Amino acid sequence: MKARYPGYNVLDKRGTVSWDDVTREVIKQRMAPPSESRFLDPLAWQTLQAVCESVMPQSPEAAQIPVAAMLDERLRTNAGDGYRDMRLPPLRQAWRIGLAALNEESIATFRQPYYSLAAPQRHLLLERMQRGELVHPAWHGLPSDIFFSNRVLKDICAIYYSHPYAWNQIGFGGPANPRGYVRMYFDRRDPWEAAEAKPGHEVRARRGKHRVR
Amino acid sequence: MREFEHDDDVDFAIVGTGAGGGTLACRLSELGFRVVAFDAGAWWRPLEEFASDESHQKKLFWTDERLCDGETPLVLGTNNSGKAIGGSTVHFAMVSLRFRPEWFKSRSLLGYGADWPLDWREMWHYYTQVEQALKISGPLKYPWGPKRPRYPYREHELNAAAWVLARGAEALGIDWTSTPLATVSAPRGHSPPCVYRGFCVSGCATNAKQSALVTWIPRAVAAGAEIRDLAMVTRIAVGNNDRVTGLEYIREGQRQFQRARHVVVAGYAIETPRLLLLSATSRFPDGLGNSSGLLGKNLMVQSNQAVWGVMPEEIRAYKGPPSLAITEHWNYTDIGKDFFGGYSYMSQGPLPIVWAGALNRRGLWGQALLDEMQHYNHQVGLKIVGETLPQERNRVTLADEKDANGLPIARVTYSFCDNDKRLIRHALDFMGRALDAAGVGDIWEETNDTCHLNGTARMGDDPRCSVVDGDCRSWDIPNLWICDGSVFPTVGGVNPSLTIQAIALRTADRIAALAGRGELDRRPQKKMS
Repeated sequence: MKARYPGYNVLDKRGTVSWDDVTREVIKQRMAPPSESRFLDPLAWQTLQAVCESVMPQSPEAAQIPVAAMLDERLRTNAGDGYRDMRLPPLRQAWRIGLAALNEESIATFRQPYYSLAAPQRHLLLERMQRGELVHPAWHGLPSDIFFSNRVLKDICAIYYSHPYAWNQIGFGGPANPRGYVRMYFDRRDPWEAAEAKPGHEVRARRGKHRVR
Repeated sequence: MREFEHDDDVDFAIVGTGAGGGTLACRLSELGFRVVAFDAGAWWRPLEEFASDESHQKKLFWTDERLCDGETPLVLGTNNSGKAIGGSTVHFAMVSLRFRPEWFKSRSLLGYGADWPLDWREMWHYYTQVEQALKISGPLKYPWGPKRPRYPYREHELNAAAWVLARGAEALGIDWTSTPLATVSAPRGHSPPCVYRGFCVSGCATNAKQSALVTWIPRAVAAGAEIRDLAMVTRIAVGNNDRVTGLEYIREGQRQFQRARHVVVAGYAIETPRLLLLSATSRFPDGLGNSSGLLGKNLMVQSNQAVWGVMPEEIRAYKGPPSLAITEHWNYTDIGKDFFGGYSYMSQGPLPIVWAGALNRRGLWGQALLDEMQHYNHQVGLKIVGETLPQERNRVTLADEKDANGLPIARVTYSFCDNDKRLIRHALDFMGRALDAAGVGDIWEETNDTCHLNGTARMGDDPRCSVVDGDCRSWDIPNLWICDGSVFPTVGGVNPSLTIQAIALRTADRIAALAGRGELDRRPQKKMS
């Protein structure tokens, strides 16, 4: 797929008046997460990486968003949401059960661990999870559809879209303090916003990004 | 800041510093009372400590565990929670609306819910006071309801998402307006005008937002109140005379006790009933102030459903406050409805994580989600703040599970009723027509979001059917007060913060009046007729 905002990199604004010191520090830390698991055991970690690849597929050529590592770190710090659907156990326990159960489902269906499945089989099992069709005893009564919506999608997608690389893909302006924005109307873009490539005008969009400062 | 000793019998110990507690702390101290206000959250310095970042700013939310069940289990912890000096006003969307006058007597005049023990004309007076105190930026003329004074600051410029609301409303022949907002459109003291950075619901890093943190709290401190941050109140103590004597709290790992002549609970509609339930004694086995049995019941959210679509034009809804335009048409129109209550709807500006969450709830993930996210700068939508009816089955109770302090956490049980569902259906249909008329394509419905929490300690005229009286005073314990969204008997179709603040201003005036005639320490006996 062609980039809709060719050449746009929100990080180019890091040194500008669109970023303040506290935001620079916060994003710096986000760009340097641990790359290995520090919380999950090896099998759960491999399963999680495979799940993340299916839920938020990333092009191998692109700079990678380390979604699984960021989620593992969240599990390590046990950072809660402020609520829990009563059908779910607490954060860490839910993930431990869910990942183990997914692996058991994979073995029961395909006779191999989840992480070793090809992408279509991984996808298939996640679709069945989304529909609540996975009921292996390893779920310990945890409804797989609730786990899918309240943990898998919610946690993984929130992490993915907390990353500047994801903002580049969708043309989000990113941090905006203290400068903020001036042009508010339809089809008006501040010079420090992402330029969208209209069909046939990709070069103009690419030139536009040079004014992102 | 003035500081009080633990054995100093302060006039008022207030639990919570948001729209209710912060406002009350300010006015009570200005009226000469000795006040300590407690908050479990931190006292943030926005200019130094607020990042322009959705995920980092979760530090403003109440992220301690609660359990949610019912037919429509609530999602908590973001838009309906706050843990900071200033409470959830630190990250609210600043929408500052008055109730429709009839809502204060919705049972008598409109046939549903419960009447408030307050008169709308008195509330109109206090609404004006809040609007002045927060220097609300709003339109020259407000299209609905009785005459109101001009807003102190000029309205904000509309963004493209707001213009879509305007186009749809014009096409369907209903009124709309720019939204009255608690963020300044021109300089005010230490607040610069809003720069339209769009991270409002993650906390304002410029202090343009007129939250309790930058309005009531500094005034309270200047007037001699103490604000005690990072202090989690765990129990209200009751003496042998059935009066509260102070409160237990945990700060810096230490269990401490503050004596107080009065305690005000202002912890919002979950923590307020939780604290009162946790404070049960042998004399008050069902929790403090619960002789009616209604403490924790009649929890009311507001429905927060939306209709979304994409436009050929770039919208870039991330710019500016999220809800710059509004229509209250269906709050003020009673014909053509198959439901009780009303709703407003507003333009929207979700940032990427919130937007991805909405698409997740639509069932999208994988490549389908990535593809849909490509339309981020072209997506546009309308979202309601819808009235839900009070139901006793919707309630806050104590769960078996314990928090880090060993105290039972809150269990929040919630189900929409048929009337709520009819209101939502009506709103989704109407907003879908509005988007279509505005030229929006690929329209879809987000059917399962909620916002705001109210009503677990309702006010009323009758001790049998309410927890507090119109002065926010417990019917059972005369020196116990509740002053936050918990006291709402009905919730209306507008964001509650302006009403909570107006009630707090009124409560402060009532406390001063009661003190003046010697009725603050004991409730006068009702004459038998």
